Amino acid sequence: MSEPLIELRNISKRFGGVRALDDVSISIRPGEIHCLAGENGSGKSTIIKVMSGIYQPDEGEIIIDGTPVTQLDPIQAVQKGVQVIYQDFSLFGNLTVAENLALNTYILEGRSRMDWRRARQMARDVLERLGVRIDIDADVETLPTSGKQIVAIARAILAEARLIVMDEPTTALTRHEVDALFDIVRDLQSHGIAVLFVSHKMREMLEISERLTVFRNGRKVAEGDMRDFDEASITHAMTGLELNDEPYLAQLSSNKAPVLQVSGLRVPDSVSDVDLTIRPGEIVGISGLIGSGRTEFARALFGMEPAASGQIVINGKDQFPRSVQQAIALGVAYVPEDRLSEGLFLTQSIERNMVVSILERLRKGLFLDHARMRNRTEEMFDAMQIAAPSADTAVGNLSGGNAQRVMLGRWLLTGAKILILNGPTVGVDVGSKAKIHRIIRDLARNEGLAVIMISDDVPELVGNCSSIHVMHEGRFVAELSGADMTEAGINDSLKSLN
Amino acid sequence: MRIFQSTEAVIALVLILVMFAIGLVNPAFWGVSNLFSLAKSNVVIGIMALGVLLIMISGGIDVSFPAISVAALYITVRSMVALGYDGVMLPFIAACVIGMSLGALNAVIIDRFKMIPLIVTLGTASIIRGLVLGLLGTSIVNINKMPKELIEFGKQDLVSVTAQNGATVGLTAMVLVYLAIAVVVHLMLKYTMIGRSIYAYGGDAESARRAGINTRRTIFFVYCTAGLLAGFAGLLHSSMIWQANPRDFIGLELDVIAAVVLGGASIFGGRGSVLGTMIGVFTLVMVKNSLILMKVDTTWQRVVVGVIIIAATAITAWRDRKKLV
Repeated sequence: MSEPLIELRNISKRFGGVRALDDVSISIRPGEIHCLAGENGSGKSTIIKVMSGIYQPDEGEIIIDGTPVTQLDPIQAVQKGVQVIYQDFSLFGNLTVAENLALNTYILEGRSRMDWRRARQMARDVLERLGVRIDIDADVETLPTSGKQIVAIARAILAEARLIVMDEPTTALTRHEVDALFDIVRDLQSHGIAVLFVSHKMREMLEISERLTVFRNGRKVAEGDMRDFDEASITHAMTGLELNDEPYLAQLSSNKAPVLQVSGLRVPDSVSDVDLTIRPGEIVGISGLIGSGRTEFARALFGMEPAASGQIVINGKDQFPRSVQQAIALGVAYVPEDRLSEGLFLTQSIERNMVVSILERLRKGLFLDHARMRNRTEEMFDAMQIAAPSADTAVGNLSGGNAQRVMLGRWLLTGAKILILNGPTVGVDVGSKAKIHRIIRDLARNEGLAVIMISDDVPELVGNCSSIHVMHEGRFVAELSGADMTEAGINDSLKSLN
Repeated sequence: MRIFQSTEAVIALVLILVMFAIGLVNPAFWGVSNLFSLAKSNVVIGIMALGVLLIMISGGIDVSFPAISVAALYITVRSMVALGYDGVMLPFIAACVIGMSLGALNAVIIDRFKMIPLIVTLGTASIIRGLVLGLLGTSIVNINKMPKELIEFGKQDLVSVTAQNGATVGLTAMVLVYLAIAVVVHLMLKYTMIGRSIYAYGGDAESARRAGINTRRTIFFVYCTAGLLAGFAGLLHSSMIWQANPRDFIGLELDVIAAVVLGGASIFGGRGSVLGTMIGVFTLVMVKNSLILMKVDTTWQRVVVGVIIIAATAITAWRDRKKLV
């Protein structure tokens, strides 16, 4: 067994009274593919910052190539070959691929002249080494996410990285692109470059990683060969909980009339001839790649696609929602994918964020009925199991999972009969995710809510939906239900589309 | 880089179309004396625009440069008059230093307090103008009092021809000064790391910091250089019109920003070029000049400048958004 490339021993780090890291150790060998897993706030990002010299640990040792390093700073870390690729890639969209690749090297070399010829040569060489074709004279912002990621990896290689840390690398990638990324990572490995994935997408990490370290609340709770773990044991280690993974079975009685009937729905350039029927208590999943028309479909149901046409019957009423107001009045609620930019008022309290959907109903004369407002909020606050000191806490201070539950609460207050969820647990950690799933299932089962769940997360769909549609190029191309509804089935169906 | 080129090609095309349209309406447009006077009008605005270009590429905006220009020219000329000094070199150096110091003031406030450049420069513009008028007075230094060497410097012609009406018209040699500055700024932007760091900072300030760029240095460089160019342009203006007016350049910020945006610079930062800016300046000056030739009331020029700002910004925003898809 070779000597570790980098080893962190008994690292502790406090911020004020909070112990972000408590006596943790991790070691990475040359050419190893290692996965660091943990929920939000478990200390994952703190340890990355210790490794890359941004934070100095309060206690503990950092050993690189067998020699202890005191006072590791960012420049030293880069010189020792530690490169971090953040989720946003830190690239310059307005500059060309070649310049993005050369810039860091030139800055490190302390040059004052911009040598374009050498920049383009460097770019050509490194991309060739990675075996990818990217136009080096294209502006980076014109590249797809996967292209930007490759540029970020290439930049790390140019900096003579020996360890590349990737923060949530697969979040915005399609399955196809994830496979391409993994090919590149294996190629890096064959050149002796170690890769540390920081992720909570367990399934993908199980495919590629060799070793695993799991953090929880600033402590290391598990480590070892990936072979010794499965999804359940990792989740258990991350959350400390046993999560039951029983699929959802809708309690359908045929006498219940459909709450939503869509026929021949069209949205110019994105959705064509989609039919869908949902009964109360059903959770229908929609899977498909980004750009398959799934988001436009949801927006059309919520009155946000003005040019949409077709027939939509909601609660027996044949009325096509032409505006968000109309859709809400008909009993439709939509929780968008990007809840931070599209939904929540981050600086405002939980209460205000929740009641904003029903302000009109809380009116008493010219003013708002504050007592009733408080009552309705507290009910929902409890029902959604939001972890916050009170309903006056600003939403910006909540974790992803709690913020998502505030969003759910807002729409449930409207008394919606149809709830459309787009990426309900994107950016939400495992424990919180299970809680959200449980809430959604309970609402469907007990309150007869009809749910449309759009997600990239295939296990999430399989675990919660009563049936799943696969969408491609604006059409429903496959429907799976009952015994056919397996992850493998959906993955095959998605793969065949590429 | 290809995008810049194509953007410039589009602006150049617009320029040529507008030139022919104006020429059709008013054949006097193509007269030598008009073309020479057009070139002359480009010089001062053009030099200021190059400073504003740097700031806009870095993602900022500056509305204080007319005030900086006025301060530089008025302080310099009044000092010369008071001291009885006449010359060229030293006064220009002084104007540049005054401009640079005021630019540095902008940079300090923007960098230290992390404030929005628009608000900062609105404030400094008002302070600078107020101080100049309050401390130095409001009297205009006219041709009879202006230092003679400064006037002689501004009078130099490159070539002179006799127009049809018998008058001699010359092409001012200051065009060369403008072109030289433009070449230097272009080379700096394209071939030096400090130039590229302006683009990087304007593209994504956080990434620039992570890449190891000294962003404070970039901010100071940008605002100091813009201040220097404004100071220089101010005194040049004074030597070309043979007077120093402490109330000069009012409302000029809008014209210059319009010209820079017209030249393809993005108000969101990260994009813009010297060639595009020069074409933008030329187009704006030409349109305003032609409105005068066509005897359109000067008040309408404000309308035209406003329309140009909105239209040019809309087009660049549309271009940037389109590329995001």
